[in-house]
Amino acid sequence: MKIRFSLIYPFFLALVLMLLSACSPQSSQPGSATPTPESTTPATASKEAKEIVLATTTSTQDSGLLDSLLPVFEQKTGIKVKVVAVGTGQAIKLGEDGNTDVLLVHARKSEDEFMEKGFGINAYDVMYNQFYIVGPSDDPAGLKQAKTAKEAMEKIAANKSSFVSRGDDSGTDKKEKSIWKEAGITPEGSWYLSSGQGMGETLQMADEKKAYTLTDEATFLSRKLGLQIVMQGDKSLLNPYGIIQVKSSSKQEEGMQLIQFFTGEEGQKLIGEFGQATYGKGLFVPDAKKR
Amino acid sequence: MMFTPDVWEVIWLSLQVTTTSVLIGILIGIPAGAFLGLYSFSGKRLIVILIYTCMGLPPVLVGVVVYLLLSRYGPLGSLDLLFSAEAMIIAQVILVTPIITGLTMAAVQAKENAYWETAKSLGASPFQLMVTIIKEARGGIWSGIAAAYGRAISEVGAVMLVGGNIEHHTRVMTTAIILETRTGNFSGGLQMGFVLLSISFLFNSFMMVGMLNQMKARKR
Repeated sequence: MKIRFSLIYPFFLALVLMLLSACSPQSSQPGSATPTPESTTPATASKEAKEIVLATTTSTQDSGLLDSLLPVFEQKTGIKVKVVAVGTGQAIKLGEDGNTDVLLVHARKSEDEFMEKGFGINAYDVMYNQFYIVGPSDDPAGLKQAKTAKEAMEKIAANKSSFVSRGDDSGTDKKEKSIWKEAGITPEGSWYLSSGQGMGETLQMADEKKAYTLTDEATFLSRKLGLQIVMQGDKSLLNPYGIIQVKSSSKQEEGMQLIQFFTGEEGQKLIGEFGQATYGKGLFVPDAKKR
Repeated sequence: MMFTPDVWEVIWLSLQVTTTSVLIGILIGIPAGAFLGLYSFSGKRLIVILIYTCMGLPPVLVGVVVYLLLSRYGPLGSLDLLFSAEAMIIAQVILVTPIITGLTMAAVQAKENAYWETAKSLGASPFQLMVTIIKEARGGIWSGIAAAYGRAISEVGAVMLVGGNIEHHTRVMTTAIILETRTGNFSGGLQMGFVLLSISFLFNSFMMVGMLNQMKARKR
């Protein structure tokens, strides 16, 4: 199903664009779609193009952050934001293919590559949250005694305790792989389970299998299950989010407005407040700055 | 996508799970279908309606129910079957058995009268009657099996939920396609899709050849 939708979508979009440009010849200047790097000059897009696509990771969607931010933005600007929540790998691919206007992702290395290859403009830091290593409450590998995330992973591997990996090339997955690499361990064997699914499903699986896993804070807090935090606070477990405008997007102005909202005063305040009512603490720490 | 050992492993597991499920479905579905096609009893109409409804069971629904049953917190949690190939087989058996039952029943009903009378007058036991009628209705039963196989091998909702798409354990072709797509590797997903189609094509071709041969044999 996913394949069909993903392939049909660009065709459909192209069809709609063709129809639009055919209907309003005076407003369609082909030049308007060409990127104007580092600028926010209004594109000559027609009035009705008040809809942009935001490709983001499942974590921002599943945690409910977008549900609390986007309505405010939509009300303020009248721009409708269509959210495509996928893994960071797919989100970045959507950007490369020009199938989205803005990216909100967390995988700094891939983001930098994306910028270097010239697919994006105007990259900002938006916020960060934490990763936790969580596991069964009896903590069979004794991770609570570990001082760093690296040491914790070493204990898991030495003890051959079950560990569920996202294995889906997402930002969380990349973070996990980087810690293994740092520890000099190639995780393999029957204790290492690669689920290839989202964070929620992976947590569920870890709960069922009494296994450890690496999770982002927001998704973990939103569905506690029988797991508990066994490692947190290490520097390598910080998870910065970036927002990037896609260069080939035809909606530069609207895209920039969205970025300005996320990195601006109001958006940052909303990000900091998000989750306080439900969890007693904010899930994301705002730290907007231009890269 | 190249045909790496990993890819073969995924294809092989798909075939194993699907074939096992369909075989179990055949063992239950053909006798049940033949029985329903041959005999009438009170409440049969309700059963038939239920079977036809179950032929269109949403796989995701089956997945959720099997998940909840097998979950560590569920009634069958002690079996420790969730996220295993066995769990996928259980879900698929639930999906394919009604299809095989329903289509067997329809095929048997179409043949029933002519053979029923003859076989009965020759003094056949109920078991012999069943065997005879199944043999006679095999054309329709074959197509039921083909339909069930196609459903099972292309199904994703249930196997994703109860299998969990775990690499080297429960990753099958359909869940691998979803993963490839999610990681942005559309071409890998498409290629796997073509493998899936080719297998379906081969399988149905064999079925077709078998059916045609039988039809020829019968005409002679």
